[in-house]
Amino acid sequence: MSIFLDKNSKIIVQGMTGSEGMKHTKRMLAGGSNIVGGVNPRKAGETVDVDGTSLPVFGSVAEAMSATGANVSVIFVPPAFAKSAVMEALDAEIELAVVITEGIPVHDSASFWEYSVQKGNKTRIIGPNCPGIISPGKSNAGITPWNISGAGPIGLVSKSGTLTYQMMFELREIGISTAIGIGGDPIIGTTHIDALAAFEADPETKAIVLIGEIGGDSEEKAANYIKDHVTKPVVAYVAGFTAPEGKTMGHAGAIVSGSAGTAQAKKEAFEAVGVKVGKTPSETAALMRGVIASL
Amino acid sequence: MDLFEYQARDLFESYGVPVLQGIIADTPEEAAAAAAKIGGTVVVKAQVKAGGRGKAGGVKLAHTPEEAATAAEAILQLTIKGLKVKRVMVAQGAAIDKEYYFSVLLDRSNRTFLYLCSVEGGMEIEQLAEERPDALAKIAVDALRGIDLAKATEIALAGGFDAEIAAKVAPVFVKLYEVFVKEDATLVEVNPLILSKSGEIIALDGKVSLDDNAEFRHERAEMERDELDPLEAKAKESDLNYVKLDGEVGIIGNGAGLVMSTLDVVAYAGERHGGVKPANFLDIGGGASAEVMAAGLDVILGDPQVKSVFVNVFGGITACDAVANGIVGALAKLGSAATKPLVVRLDGNNVLEGRKILADANHPLVTVVDTMDEAADKAAELANK
Repeated sequence: MSIFLDKNSKIIVQGMTGSEGMKHTKRMLAGGSNIVGGVNPRKAGETVDVDGTSLPVFGSVAEAMSATGANVSVIFVPPAFAKSAVMEALDAEIELAVVITEGIPVHDSASFWEYSVQKGNKTRIIGPNCPGIISPGKSNAGITPWNISGAGPIGLVSKSGTLTYQMMFELREIGISTAIGIGGDPIIGTTHIDALAAFEADPETKAIVLIGEIGGDSEEKAANYIKDHVTKPVVAYVAGFTAPEGKTMGHAGAIVSGSAGTAQAKKEAFEAVGVKVGKTPSETAALMRGVIASL
Repeated sequence: MDLFEYQARDLFESYGVPVLQGIIADTPEEAAAAAAKIGGTVVVKAQVKAGGRGKAGGVKLAHTPEEAATAAEAILQLTIKGLKVKRVMVAQGAAIDKEYYFSVLLDRSNRTFLYLCSVEGGMEIEQLAEERPDALAKIAVDALRGIDLAKATEIALAGGFDAEIAAKVAPVFVKLYEVFVKEDATLVEVNPLILSKSGEIIALDGKVSLDDNAEFRHERAEMERDELDPLEAKAKESDLNYVKLDGEVGIIGNGAGLVMSTLDVVAYAGERHGGVKPANFLDIGGGASAEVMAAGLDVILGDPQVKSVFVNVFGGITACDAVANGIVGALAKLGSAATKPLVVRLDGNNVLEGRKILADANHPLVTVVDTMDEAADKAAELANK
């Protein structure tokens, strides 16, 4: 098992024919993902050869789904068009929409999130501004390098892409069930809590690494959730202790405003519910190795 | 991006939100001319993006153009919370009967928009929320539906306005929501919103934050921006994501999270080496080409405070050999301009090839260290020499 994505996942790529879409479609295929087609209304009906795999291009997500049985869409559509691309995926009620696009206006994210809520959240949204989700050895929907780590008992959820890679790398001897990058934007679909709930229910996942960063209150909420709902061991890491107030640290959502969103507050929230917090990524990985060794 | 008060005022005016006259002035002479044009009593207000302007002496009443000039002269010499006052706004004086509070903002925690309003204005929102939480209405607004007059009235009533005043403020609330949506704002705050002695609702002071991600659909080329630190300006020219800090260890990394983490690890290491700290945040992103690496190094080496540089890259999408070639190429390009020691930590995709390239180049300034923690320690040590 794994969460949200497994070997039966059939993936389409919205924005496949663009340069980023094409680059990462190749990578996902190389890593063994079952990519079944792309979506681009202007190139509907064409077929694209991707390193020897012939992929059909459809005019809409709905068409792609009915023709291929796809249940996952990975979205690389540029910011100006991302909102309508996500809404199209929501209209088609695809199971999982992974929004890689960076730089989507937050009013657009607020709109498609509201749309999703009103439709009863039939589609799980991951992102935006995220590396996607990988269940090593099974499937990869996004831009995470597929060869960092193999499959194993650790579930990983992170706001940051490169910290996800770093942590997978540090724990590659043990292996990962699923790693999800939930994204660094102020409004995102899948949250730390959603991932924790799914990892808790996943028999393959034995322990969880949670990576957070400054901004928002997702980590504090996650800590609260862990206290009441998570029985599996969780180790956390928070980035941004030295970030000054009022400066955005790369991610649109990574900002300390006033006393809200500090790394210290997040760390304290975790420690208050018995979650160990690593001071550095490598210390966090060491804590997790200790947890696994004691299982 | 946060707007200056005068920019918020102008924006409000363009959407039909009632505001008083306000004219921007860069000199005492311009302030006098503005006061003469407006006539009567005016308020001269420092244009800085900081709270507590009044207490700092940045807001002064003036009854004549001469007084406005004197006030402007004093205010233009102020530095408020570290920000030098460069301009003032000369605003029409108001006869205030009542002060209210209003804002609409992005509610990140609930993934929606939120209206805050209260009939009890005149203090900072944090203070109001703490001291009189019952007096502050908090109403979620559906991002797809927005608000109409009926909803705005409901919000006003929840904020404690009586029916008569609610009928007056509701249309203003609708217009402010229009500002919020059409301008891609993450915050529109009016504090205070006033009832004048002649019975008009007026937005007396406004705070607006705009979403940088939405810049592509707005024409704001002419808008006054915060003056960037020269290094930040230089980084921006090369499309680099750079934030100047005040330490000694220059930082280059890939990915926002990893770079934030690198700053922390360097600060911890600095505790063992004379208290040195990170000098900057610089994320060169996934595709660390020689050009991007050179541009990044160029910015960082241009910071006179920097004593050592820590290049921390995890080869994910980009392979470490490409990054190593980028570093070698960048150093060759910089030539004798590169004078500060570089500590490089590479991990991930093609790491052995990458380390070999750096070893073969054998550049006297470059030290390759295997782990992030050890590399941070080395960089801090070198910065403390």
